[in-house]
Amino acid sequence: MSSYNAFSLFLRMLSATHSFLSSSFMLLFSRQGKLRLQKWYVPLCDKEKKKITRELVQTVLARKPKMCSFLEWRDLKIVYKRYASLYFCCAIEDQDNELITLEIIHRYVELLDKYFGSVCELDIIFNFEKAYFILDEFLLGGEAQETSKKNVLKAIEQADLLQESGGIDEEELEE
Amino acid sequence: MPAPIRLRELIRTIRTARTQAEEREMIQKECAAIRSSFREEDNTYRCRNVAKLLYMHMLGYPAHFGQLECLKLIASQKFTDKRIGYLGAMLLLDERQDVHLLMTNCIKNDLNHSTQYVQGLALCTLGCMGSSEMCRDLAGEVEKLLKTSNSYLRKKAALCAVHVIRKVPELMEMFLPATKNLLSEKNHGVLHTSVVLLTEMCERSPDMLAHFRKNEKLVPQLVRILKNLIMSGYSPEHDVSGISDPFLQVRILRLLRILGRSDDDSSEAMNDILAQVATNTETSKNVGNAILYETVLTIMDIKSESGLRVLAINILGRFLLNNDKNIRYVALTSLLKTVQTDHNAVQRHRSTIVDCLKDLDVSIKRRAMELSFALVNGNNIRGMMKELLYFLDSCDPEFKADCASGVFLAAEKYAPSKRWHIDTIMRVLTTAGSYVRDDSVPNLIQLITNSVEMHAYTVQRLYKALLDDISQQPLVQVASWCIGEYGDLLVSGQCEEEEPIQVTEDEVLDVLEGLLVSNLSTPVTRGYSLTAIMKLSTRFTSVNRIKKVVSIYGSSIDVELQQRAVEYNALFKKYDHMRPALLERMPIMEKSASNGPTEIVQTNGETEPSVEPKHPPPVTQPANQANDLLDLLGGNDVVPVIQTTMPTKPASAGGELLDLLGDLSLSGGPAPAPAPSVPTSQPPFLLDGLSSQPLFNDIAAAAIPPMTAYNKNGLKIDFTFERANPNPNIAVITIHASNSTEADMTDFVFQAAVPKTFQLQLLSPSSNVVPALNQGTVTQVIRVLNPQKQQLRMRIKLTYTLKGSPVQDLAEVNNFPPQSWQ
Repeated sequence: MSSYNAFSLFLRMLSATHSFLSSSFMLLFSRQGKLRLQKWYVPLCDKEKKKITRELVQTVLARKPKMCSFLEWRDLKIVYKRYASLYFCCAIEDQDNELITLEIIHRYVELLDKYFGSVCELDIIFNFEKAYFILDEFLLGGEAQETSKKNVLKAIEQADLLQESGGIDEEELEE
Repeated sequence: MPAPIRLRELIRTIRTARTQAEEREMIQKECAAIRSSFREEDNTYRCRNVAKLLYMHMLGYPAHFGQLECLKLIASQKFTDKRIGYLGAMLLLDERQDVHLLMTNCIKNDLNHSTQYVQGLALCTLGCMGSSEMCRDLAGEVEKLLKTSNSYLRKKAALCAVHVIRKVPELMEMFLPATKNLLSEKNHGVLHTSVVLLTEMCERSPDMLAHFRKNEKLVPQLVRILKNLIMSGYSPEHDVSGISDPFLQVRILRLLRILGRSDDDSSEAMNDILAQVATNTETSKNVGNAILYETVLTIMDIKSESGLRVLAINILGRFLLNNDKNIRYVALTSLLKTVQTDHNAVQRHRSTIVDCLKDLDVSIKRRAMELSFALVNGNNIRGMMKELLYFLDSCDPEFKADCASGVFLAAEKYAPSKRWHIDTIMRVLTTAGSYVRDDSVPNLIQLITNSVEMHAYTVQRLYKALLDDISQQPLVQVASWCIGEYGDLLVSGQCEEEEPIQVTEDEVLDVLEGLLVSNLSTPVTRGYSLTAIMKLSTRFTSVNRIKKVVSIYGSSIDVELQQRAVEYNALFKKYDHMRPALLERMPIMEKSASNGPTEIVQTNGETEPSVEPKHPPPVTQPANQANDLLDLLGGNDVVPVIQTTMPTKPASAGGELLDLLGDLSLSGGPAPAPAPSVPTSQPPFLLDGLSSQPLFNDIAAAAIPPMTAYNKNGLKIDFTFERANPNPNIAVITIHASNSTEADMTDFVFQAAVPKTFQLQLLSPSSNVVPALNQGTVTQVIRVLNPQKQQLRMRIKLTYTLKGSPVQDLAEVNNFPPQSWQ
């Protein structure tokens, strides 16, 4: 079997075992192809992740501006959108709604924007761990856990306070 | 020991590196520092060091030596440590590492922590990457949290439970009690994640699905929530461009889809709300269209009434006109899925779909092309073909092969006249000749051979095409073959369809010899042209020239060519008496048995009946020479012939089936009457007065017991029988394929072959997905003609995809009840 076929079969088995995931993974990368964030919701070893990342980044960067935000890539549906110098790229399953995925991406960008104040790529580079924290308050296991922008930001704010205070409060924090 | 440098400091430093080598050096230096810091068990800066390591890991550098450190951070009491620790665990550890399991105890403790943000971290990590063992150990904790009144935790627990169920499906039951009043929550986060959890459970287990439908009355609850979302006023917290919580709306619509699928009551209960959403949703922004899209998907998948279905397709039709290419893309994708079941409704949007062929986006073009081919029928063939040929001219190379194949198939099925058919083929060969599939050449040759009255026209057009361009091999091969066969017609100027050209024998031979020497010709093409030249020796008068050419190639370097030339040489010398007979005009060729699934669209009620009963198709035997053909044209023995139509897929199943059978051959060729030259969409059962839908009224037929033909690996195929009325020699078998495994069987194809004395026709299957856990069956009708009343035997071939792996099996079916063939 050629390496393409083996790989493609692997990805099909992957999507078959995780057949109901809304998001298999999310990648953020710059126009030069530098990775800024990677969130994987399926178990893959480092080598596989690197291979997927490299190839997908190349594919997306080759897209022309007039093309639509969706593409089929090795049995997965890819939804991507560019915000300034960053590409936000999600892999979703066959039965997933591409249009709402665009809204999910947009919501994440809004959250980053609210948190950092007019977010730009540099914010995400220098505060990557915060970008992850925000993502993890918005999505869990590939699905949205909170649909209110306000609530996600409030939770992050409280967690940040907790971090600054240096310890863990005795009392249980109300929402 | 100086404090390790801060994270942001490191990031700044690394970014100043001007080369990859410089960066690597910095990274290595820092990694060394971090390693020694780890060795010293430095608690204070562990968090900082791991954070730096995570940054370097993102750049692509190895960070495995930090895995244990993540565990130590998770176990720490400081929130900062835990935050980074869990992040590190999610990035560096996955279930393939043994270290992963060491997290279990920490997570367990943190799930019970007094601070909800710590509990949240633990839930998030478990729900993102917990292994099956971890999930098993911690499922109880998750279940507890699913019942808490704290909505912050409850929503996370719901998604965590989804992950647990995916990893360990047997645990699904234990979460059932906790789902009891999830939907009475006001908190949208909890509602959203609860709907996701319920969706997961219903999709995985038909029992759960039934339970939620009947016992929990899930549908009315969901309808109520959805209604509130739509009717309620502006809610700033959940508003997106004027729509209230579109994420929740979409998830509810998706769950409704699963509940309504194959269930009349549920589908009816959701009918109104679906109509309401479909008509009232604001469509100016993507978010509204996202909801409409999900609504359409639901309407098409449940048992909706026809008015609702038409509404859905019209929404898709409007999507096609949307400026936003994303919307056009999803519309085409959805229409492609529904074109088989709601064909007429989709036909109404045909012109918009055809316009999408001109779109700039590759994915949109491809879908528009596939959809266009699906919509071609006898009524629109001329117009559609014009558009598709234009598309073929101008499209990217990646489309040309598929498009060419599609054009050939459509032309074969619906050609309004032979002349049109030949012209269309010519057009494809001349514009996309190099992209045409290899198997097109023999198919086209067969087609041309069988269009007897078009021979002169065909050879003339092909000849003219060759004069223009000899680079496209399929064109050249077909042309060579035709010139070899019909060269006599060419030089005698017999063409009726158009102005006959004046061409001499020498000119023709010039062209063919030109092919032999040209660099552009492949070895296969050279073979064609040498054979063509040879054939002309019985059709032309200038035999000497031909003899010369043939003898020259007797010493060709190309072994294939050499062999041919040597044998042809022998034909001139020792076997000259056989030459005329051997090189005679080819007889009409039989269609090879292609028993794959046929197109549903063939009889959509819009094609004209096409069979002329005046000249029943003659029955030819393979071995007959052209002389016998002349005898049979009078048309004496009429045997009802079952003709199968070509399958839609370009890669015809016919070839493989021939291997399966050995040598089943369907006899019959088209009559030399002005009927479409190829097997038409109406089977010649019309000759018998049978309608294309077999009548199942024969009472005797009811006595034939059903049987199980195949039962293996979860796939079961039952046969039920009827006798087609009025021809008692035809048995109508309906196959019912069911699937008892846990996953759907997709791309399911059923093929069958019967011994020589039988004839077989396979109609279109109801679908090509056999749903899991016996949730539905795929049916397909087989008609078997058994004039000699022999014992029915069948060999079947099954192919499908299960859990991503292709499966193929062959089986003999010998247990037919005697009533089915006696």
